[in-house]
Amino acid sequence: MTLKSLRWLIPIAVFAVIAAFLYVGLFRDPREVPSPLIGKPAPAFSLAELHAPDRRLSPSDMRGQVWLLNVWASWCVSCREEHPLLVALAKTGIVPIVGLDYKDKPGDGRAWLTDNGNPYRTSVMDSDGRTGIDWGVYGVPETYVVDRAGIIRYKQIGPLTEQTLKQTILPLVRRLQAS
Amino acid sequence: MIPELGHFALIVALLVAIIQSVLPMIGAARRDRALMGVAVTAARAQFGLVALAFGCLAWSFATSDFSVANVAANSNTHLPLHFRLAATWGSHEGSLLLWSMMLAGWGFAVTVFSRNLPQVLRARVLAVLGMIAIGFLLFLLTTSDPFTRLFPAPPEGRDLNSLLQDPGMVAHPPMLYMGYVGFSVAFAFAIAALIGGRLDAAWARWSRPWTTVAWSFLTVGIALGSVWAYYTLGWGGWWFWDPVENASFMPWLAGTALIHSLAVTEKRGAFRSWTVLLAIVAFSLSLIGTFLVRSGVLTSVHAFAIDPARGLYILAFLAIVIGGSLTLYAVRAGAVGAGGDFAPVSRESLLLGNNVLLVVALVSVLLGTLYPLFVDALAAGKISVGPPYFNTVFYPLMAPLLFLVGVGPVAAWRRAPIPELWTRLRWAAGIAVVTAALVPVAMGRWKPLVALGMLLSAWIAAATLSSLVHRLRHAPQRGLTAKLRANAPAWYGMLLAHLGVAVFVTGVTLVKGYEVERDVRLDVGQSVVVAGDTYTFRGVAAVPGPNYDAIVATIDMTRADRHVTTLHPQKRTFRSSGQVITEASIERGIGGDHYVSLGEPITGSGASGAWAVRIYVKPFVDWIWGGCLLMALGGFTAVADRRYRLARARRSEPAAALVAPT
Amino acid sequence: MIRALLAAAYVVFALVPTARADDALDLRLRHLESGLRCLVCQNQTLAESDADLAADLRLEVRKLALAGKSDDEIRDYLVARYGDFVLYDPPLKPVTWVLWFGPFVLLAAGTVTWIVVGRSRRRATPGAKAEFEVAARNLLAGAAASPAGAAPAGVGQAETDSGDAARQPLDG
Repeated sequence: MTLKSLRWLIPIAVFAVIAAFLYVGLFRDPREVPSPLIGKPAPAFSLAELHAPDRRLSPSDMRGQVWLLNVWASWCVSCREEHPLLVALAKTGIVPIVGLDYKDKPGDGRAWLTDNGNPYRTSVMDSDGRTGIDWGVYGVPETYVVDRAGIIRYKQIGPLTEQTLKQTILPLVRRLQAS
Repeated sequence: MIPELGHFALIVALLVAIIQSVLPMIGAARRDRALMGVAVTAARAQFGLVALAFGCLAWSFATSDFSVANVAANSNTHLPLHFRLAATWGSHEGSLLLWSMMLAGWGFAVTVFSRNLPQVLRARVLAVLGMIAIGFLLFLLTTSDPFTRLFPAPPEGRDLNSLLQDPGMVAHPPMLYMGYVGFSVAFAFAIAALIGGRLDAAWARWSRPWTTVAWSFLTVGIALGSVWAYYTLGWGGWWFWDPVENASFMPWLAGTALIHSLAVTEKRGAFRSWTVLLAIVAFSLSLIGTFLVRSGVLTSVHAFAIDPARGLYILAFLAIVIGGSLTLYAVRAGAVGAGGDFAPVSRESLLLGNNVLLVVALVSVLLGTLYPLFVDALAAGKISVGPPYFNTVFYPLMAPLLFLVGVGPVAAWRRAPIPELWTRLRWAAGIAVVTAALVPVAMGRWKPLVALGMLLSAWIAAATLSSLVHRLRHAPQRGLTAKLRANAPAWYGMLLAHLGVAVFVTGVTLVKGYEVERDVRLDVGQSVVVAGDTYTFRGVAAVPGPNYDAIVATIDMTRADRHVTTLHPQKRTFRSSGQVITEASIERGIGGDHYVSLGEPITGSGASGAWAVRIYVKPFVDWIWGGCLLMALGGFTAVADRRYRLARARRSEPAAALVAPT
Repeated sequence: MIRALLAAAYVVFALVPTARADDALDLRLRHLESGLRCLVCQNQTLAESDADLAADLRLEVRKLALAGKSDDEIRDYLVARYGDFVLYDPPLKPVTWVLWFGPFVLLAAGTVTWIVVGRSRRRATPGAKAEFEVAARNLLAGAAASPAGAAPAGVGQAETDSGDAARQPLDG
């Protein structure tokens, strides 16, 4: 086959490349927006605590430990799916969970936790969503894993599942705790 | 009973499609007339069966038979009858059934209009259409059955998506599919030619009308989608470079390149293997478009319910059809033969330039559409590719193409000396320059891009018209009527279509250059002045519709203290789904639209509250779709040419054609 | 009383110039926001979307603009939090080189192909052919000058396309 006749193969070669990408694309979620903050320091905030509004919490208060930031709200339907998992996780005491009550009324938030259980070491109120914007929150629920030095290591978009906890988050937490 | 009948009809149709694919192919290879004859019978039977199935589904919708899952998911007793019928193709399953029916319909049309085709070619074309039908019918029956039942039958359905409850949306899919599916005929002709190893001017002449009709329908379908987005989405936009819009635009670009390439192959026998490749590419893009909408691979407004199993099936189908045809191309295209010679400046070379530009544009759109997927698949993050990219890349490619549209029809085949071209076109050039200088000034503001757009559209219009004048002036006949009749419809079709391009470019240029947008909050009784007109908000009223509750605003539009019209933009809340859609109110005119839509209420809804109102002035926007209609009209006119329907006297030829070596 | 009136006057006058400045700002913001993607309703621009997050982000963008940030700085702010996904104008980075340069490379390749094909299709003696065509045309023009009202399309218009159909053999 001469070089000239190889040009007949160009179309099928191009198609093969496209088809390969389309195949891979079937298994990915185009709607998911990964966070650019992975590997970067957790954005600072100083927010009032949900159950003690005169106290404030900021990420620097959590330095020295590995911790989870869970974004939730009383109006969020999918949060109910993952909440039992969080409650169970909190009982094991493996890792502290801080809640970010996103664009919620404090009364509603407190009532919801009373009704559904409170897995959080503490929850802070982000009533206008500004802190959420700083953390790149675009939906509820979302969960972040932050290491001892205050660097974000992982972001879970959407509700936590048994599988993600077991296979991704807990092993990561243990790795970070060991270092 | 009826749904089961429909389901059964689909199963039988699948069996018929298998027969249609296999026997005629064998017959063509063996020159067995009986086996080849099976193709016609099978194609007609397939159409009857699939149409029956479609009718059964439509019947289920018309009678609101909620025991059929598809009807329950997409219809509602309060839905007016015409929308209930349209809901037949409002879902993934239903639209696939529409696709299949159209495919069978085009096959049927081939059996009717191909009496003068050599039997070998016809048998192969129908066999290929049968193979495609197998793919779709199998897909329907395995993963997307529209006839599955629901036990117990719910008393009420979930209603048709409110965005689809609109006449524009009703006509858009059928028109679009007529285009997509129509390209399957061009595809079948190409495959048949590759299998037979014979590709000549006659082949091109047979393929051309099918391709042109498909292209015309696709043009209408795309235009309908654009118009619908314009008046329903409430933002006055008409093209967003959304992945699914691109999915319909790419086959259109390929189809446009194809009809021009076919012209060269027919007239001069050149570009044969290239034309075959384009025919395969145009249909492949139609299939890829189908994949993109139904697989969830790209985010889009249009996405049907996402199901990875369906996505995998379509991808496998794509691999077989496109991969198979391109492999056949790789193996056989070299044998197809080269064409005539031509000078560096000639109609052939200009049409080649047309094809190069269209293909580069096509690849750019494909690149932009699939790139987010590429980057994601390579785990390199997530990017978005939107209008800024497409505008940067697409418009510069179109400018030289538009220039060619003016020159091409005037250039002679084989050799078009530039001095001759200049003599023919210098008046057109002059008119173009003058128009480009005057129009922006007349519109109120000089803008270089507007001048460029007007230069190109006036160039095309003037060159096209001067071509007409020149032909008439040099015609040997006496009298205008005789002179006009002496030219073929195909030629008039070309003129019309090119004029349509000029009209389209004018609309786009002037809208983008001079549109005005105001987003204001209006209290009852408050007015705002936009582009010289006063809009006074008179308040809103609640008006119930058949299956929705509307909030209708009244806005008076006055100009120089004279009342022009009253506009009633609405917000409709559909009772069954709770979905809210905007219906803009548009004062249309040939010089432009005044477009008003409702935003959100400001201080509590109710007749006395203030509302956010969006007012747009869109100069010449209707020229965009008018241009598209002219293009389609040009295409349909061209097909009416008697030369494509070869004389009845030739019916004796097929016997001789049968024996011809292939 | 006087103080109240002055305060009212101050407020009114302060509002009037702001209203005009707001128009220019609104225009700039709308333009900026139509190049940004809404993360919730991912098929709409930030300018169009009705989502809560979109409203929050529009407010944020407005605050940044009023604080004197440039369009680029605002875009960087959003990209730092949400990634490149939020820009409809894909940034030029190594991973997007093919995207941005591809069309131009392809255009160059297409142009080269066009030139090469144009050259290769030219026969050895185009000049001789032209003379032949001119002679033929003169002959035909002479023939067409005689009365032939019903001449089929094609005669006398030999230099452009016409009904070749009659001359094509109907074979397979």
